[in-house]
Amino acid sequence: MSETNDAPGAHVEKVGGFDIRNFIGVLIGIYGLVLLVWGLFFFDDVEAGKTGGVNANLWAGIGMLVFAAAFVLWSRLRPLKILVAENEAGAEAPKDIAPTD
Amino acid sequence: MTEIRLDAQLVDYLLIALYFVFVLGVGIYAKRGVSNSIEFFLSGRSLPAWVTGLAFISANLGAVEVMGMSANGAQYGYPTFHYFWIGAVPAMLFLGVVMMPFYYGSKVRSVPEFMRMRFGTGAHLVNALSFALAQILIAGVNLYLLGTIVNRLLGWPMWLGLVVAAAIVLAYITLGGLSAAIYNEVLQFFVIVAALLPLTLIGLHKVGGWQGMLDRVRGDEIGGAEQLNAWPGTDLSGFQNPVLSVVGIVLGLGFVLSFGYWTTNFVEVQRAMASKDITAARMTPIIGAFPKMFVPFIVIIPGMIAAVLVGELAEYKRVYAEQGEAAAGATGVTYNDSLLLLMRDVLPNGLLGVAIAGLLAAFMAGMAANISAFNTVLSYDIWQQYIQKDKPDEFYLKVGRWATVAACIIAIFSALIAANFSNLMDYLQTLFGFFNAPLFATFLLGMFWKRATPTAGWVGLVAGTLSAVFVFVLAETGVLNLPGQGAAFVAAATAFVVDIVLMVVVSLVTRPKPVAELKGLVYSETPKADLVDPDEKDLPVWRRPVPMAGLALVLVVVLNIAFA
Repeated sequence: MSETNDAPGAHVEKVGGFDIRNFIGVLIGIYGLVLLVWGLFFFDDVEAGKTGGVNANLWAGIGMLVFAAAFVLWSRLRPLKILVAENEAGAEAPKDIAPTD
Repeated sequence: MTEIRLDAQLVDYLLIALYFVFVLGVGIYAKRGVSNSIEFFLSGRSLPAWVTGLAFISANLGAVEVMGMSANGAQYGYPTFHYFWIGAVPAMLFLGVVMMPFYYGSKVRSVPEFMRMRFGTGAHLVNALSFALAQILIAGVNLYLLGTIVNRLLGWPMWLGLVVAAAIVLAYITLGGLSAAIYNEVLQFFVIVAALLPLTLIGLHKVGGWQGMLDRVRGDEIGGAEQLNAWPGTDLSGFQNPVLSVVGIVLGLGFVLSFGYWTTNFVEVQRAMASKDITAARMTPIIGAFPKMFVPFIVIIPGMIAAVLVGELAEYKRVYAEQGEAAAGATGVTYNDSLLLLMRDVLPNGLLGVAIAGLLAAFMAGMAANISAFNTVLSYDIWQQYIQKDKPDEFYLKVGRWATVAACIIAIFSALIAANFSNLMDYLQTLFGFFNAPLFATFLLGMFWKRATPTAGWVGLVAGTLSAVFVFVLAETGVLNLPGQGAAFVAAATAFVVDIVLMVVVSLVTRPKPVAELKGLVYSETPKADLVDPDEKDLPVWRRPVPMAGLALVLVVVLNIAFA
């Protein structure tokens, strides 16, 4: 990994949008939002009968939103950084990607 | 036959579709190679430990865990906890503490490769063939479960469901879904928890809380209070004698099956070996062990709730106990349906979609992983080694692509085998006994005994597998009477013992490999400096393998006692 550090043109990038935490946060967040809306507006006797009276969508939705917010916040506060270096033309891979410690 | 239908609506289908948009989106994006961050995550190198830890357990949080364990929970209750607290968790800790330094420090990178370097082509060929066969059979289990969901959702007949599901998996592999593996695995873990945790809580609410569940299960007049004690687990093991039962569970399930599964499962071990140093590699299964020990609460408990809450399943269980499996089949459900039945009865639309997405994701990713493991072994370990050598790389890629298509088609037929088992855990444990138990024995002896010879390698594998099949036939024909999963435990233990004994005998009369060729392959011939991380002692306690493994062990002992 030390060669990468010395490689000319290497620069540090934040992992950003495709940080796996954002990825998880966004999907679970959308799920949470849909469930929340469903719980708020479409809770009826049939569903109450199924769940034994609990508005399950509403509570699960809230839970998922809190979880999603925590994940997105985590990736904001502690961003992962990677070191990206362009390789010379003809190298096996076009660039080297390594973590920064 | 009663029809079981999940009443999914538009919102559910939307939530399911969203999942696939996410996973296939990353796959397609990754293929174009435009995002450095995707490449970083997909390369699997130096990922945060919690990511590799979750990916590690998520790789088997599919068919085996979710459906098999809930089926087992419905049938046996608490004794199913052994799969986690005697089986998986101790095995994962053993892997992290004992085996991983050796894997990491040696040249070993896959099981077939180890077999070839350690024992030569005989053991390699046997191992490659049996591995390929095992993958196809397990792919059949995943496909069967996928087909079941299609059947429950849309009401299509099983054969059509299987064909459609196989086509979907093929499309998923071709579209690059498999290349998004690490995203998929970690995401899948959270979606499954998001589905099963509410299911468990709502289920508990409906049976009157934890106490209500205990009362209902105790008073079910079938398994009764037996189901609320993990030990001695006589129904699970099939041994009437409690001492034998405990021995059977600890040695058969715990040592041979689980240690064998986790230490030779290189699909998962490789997740850990991609880590940046030996300590990070060791931490992967140890971190995975913590969530793993709590997984049973969201898979086994729902199974137990389903067995008392869902009318059809309670009826099935009663007939099963009174008149046997054949008669119970007439009720139209099986233990494998436990989770789907509970989902149908207690989940509102919305949450139902999340749950279906999680299950589909798990089975699809599971089957895709089986198929890709099959095609790698077939094209490189079998075709390139033994059928057509020295062809250009593209040739083997083409072989691999045809192997993928062929495997999807064959899996439709192996799914029909899986369909014959009313409790999939019985089937899976039987398969593991055939394939993993002898492999684990050969692997252990090859690794720790430098005298083990090439001939002994393949003889042990063949004899081990054959003896497990022999025990299975004895049990099937009624010569050996072990109801539960005892037959699988005995078969596995027999395979293990036969393998070890034959290997020792054959080794003593055949010529061993020169010691110089065993460096990095046998423990005693590998330099000790390769096995330790000099920087480990400077790390804080929570980042060091042995103290954390100790903590996990204490927790799992506490759980074992609390639910004894």
